[in-house]
Amino acid sequence: MSTALLTDLVIFVLSLWVGFEVISKVPATLHTPLMSAANSIHGIVLVGAMLIAATTNSWIGYVIAFLAAVFASANVVGGYVVTGRMLKMFRKRPTAPAATPAQPAAAPAPAPAAAARDGRSS
Amino acid sequence: MSGFSFASQLIYVLAASCFVLGLHLMNNPASARRGNQFSTAGMVIAIATTLALIAHAGVITATGWTVMLVGALIGGGVGLYAARTVQMTAMPQLVSMFNAVGGGAAALVAIHDYIRVASAVVGPAESTTITTLLDVIIGSVTFSGSIIAAGKLQGVITSAPVTFPGARVVNLVLAAFGLAASGYVLATPSLAGLWIVVVASLVFGVLMVMPIGGADMPVVISLLNAFTGTAVAMAGFVIGNWALIIAGALVGASGGILTKLMADAMNRSIGNIIVGGFGTGDTAAAVVAGAGADVRAITADDAGIQLAYAGKVIIVPGYGLAAAQAQHEVAELADVLESHGVDVSYAIHPVAGRMPGHMNVLLAEANVPYPQLKEMDDVNPEFARTDVALVIGANDVTNPAARRPGTAISGMPILDVDQAKSIIVIKRSMGHGYAGIDNELYSNPKTSMYFADAKTALSELTSAVKTLVG
Repeated sequence: MSTALLTDLVIFVLSLWVGFEVISKVPATLHTPLMSAANSIHGIVLVGAMLIAATTNSWIGYVIAFLAAVFASANVVGGYVVTGRMLKMFRKRPTAPAATPAQPAAAPAPAPAAAARDGRSS
Repeated sequence: MSGFSFASQLIYVLAASCFVLGLHLMNNPASARRGNQFSTAGMVIAIATTLALIAHAGVITATGWTVMLVGALIGGGVGLYAARTVQMTAMPQLVSMFNAVGGGAAALVAIHDYIRVASAVVGPAESTTITTLLDVIIGSVTFSGSIIAAGKLQGVITSAPVTFPGARVVNLVLAAFGLAASGYVLATPSLAGLWIVVVASLVFGVLMVMPIGGADMPVVISLLNAFTGTAVAMAGFVIGNWALIIAGALVGASGGILTKLMADAMNRSIGNIIVGGFGTGDTAAAVVAGAGADVRAITADDAGIQLAYAGKVIIVPGYGLAAAQAQHEVAELADVLESHGVDVSYAIHPVAGRMPGHMNVLLAEANVPYPQLKEMDDVNPEFARTDVALVIGANDVTNPAARRPGTAISGMPILDVDQAKSIIVIKRSMGHGYAGIDNELYSNPKTSMYFADAKTALSELTSAVKTLVG
């Protein structure tokens, strides 16, 4: 086994653990944006597609580079835009206390709160 | 390693750090947008570095530049259009398509590398070839499997499980065939052998997803997401790029965690779902409304009275709510109740929707503030203090039978709806849920059944409450 492969393998395994650690803290509320964000991150394969285009000089190489570039850039651009679009919709009511938002049995002045929220442009 | 490529590897690690930080910031809805921006910045850095590397190396041809830029423009345009126009209910399909193209691109990277190495005079180095093959196989399976999954979600392909006699034998033969071809390709560089592996993997991806029912889609999407991440990491091994390895591993971990969570929430093992054959959640038979003699039916006015005079209401939305596109109506009802001083929150089961967390996005789109969206473990203790639990289009995840051994859903984590002081269930009929068993919640003396379509029922409820609280 070459040193390069060993290094790559170490990086892969450690990144897996970092991933498990970081992602297990994401609340279920955000699981769809999380998956979409993960989706945009694997768009990094665009780098691979670009390097094909940079090194090839055969027609089959160009075809592969073209397809890979289309796929990967759709992945990157679409992934980030749609994740941003979703996250923009997650908003907290301005007047709700951050820590215990649903605790007061009869929320004081809910009407202005609702009005304030409705008044916000989307 | 030259100074330039040394520096570029360091910058790639910086980009990867942005990805980790971006995912870390997603642990809270308040910081999640900043997380996405960090992640985007990492991607821009990685792409800019690659452009600089390519320009510096100077071996790229004019055709190479054209192919790269035109491809990126077309792909980027399509991605942008899809992301801007997609309906939130169609999000699972879009995510599935992004899995497909990501996996496809990763497979193409490996295919190209193999062609390059195989056409060299000397044989390929062993280490490269193993990761190359893994990349080709995983990437191709993800590509075709994700397209089928997206088709099922979109309704282009039937969401019912598609099986045929001997399917398992075909799968085994195919797997054996693919493995044999892989072994051959490892031993002797052979382009024909590689194409056989590609085709076998593509067919395998189709056969893997076709027998899986619509209700199991949250697990399938998560699993394919994990596959894509792994394929991208393998592509990183192939071209020796750390950014791809780290990013791919992160996505693999994310998909893995979500797969496990979804499978646990559905009380199924991943193997059981892949083997498939009985997932028919979407086609639950619509039995005539009000069939059971032991359930209590209720009108909109009665339900409205219960809700209007409650102190605390928990809404339990299920996939039926999303299917009826009634998320805006439910948010309106909640607004009316809140302005009347009722404490309203939502209890979200992990599999309420077609992908992990889907219901939260649908409700967020309908302007429900996220502090009201409660996860199962947080909300369950609250049911005992709840005056009315309003169940809309959720079935198995509220069935108390899960607490007893010996039923189809035994051991499945459920929402403790039956702990509430009274329960209103909005449902079109007494039809069964995915598990195909009676829901004991419906015959509970505290439960009233409101038989109607979710959208109609919610509008009627809202106007009933409005009349009462005027």
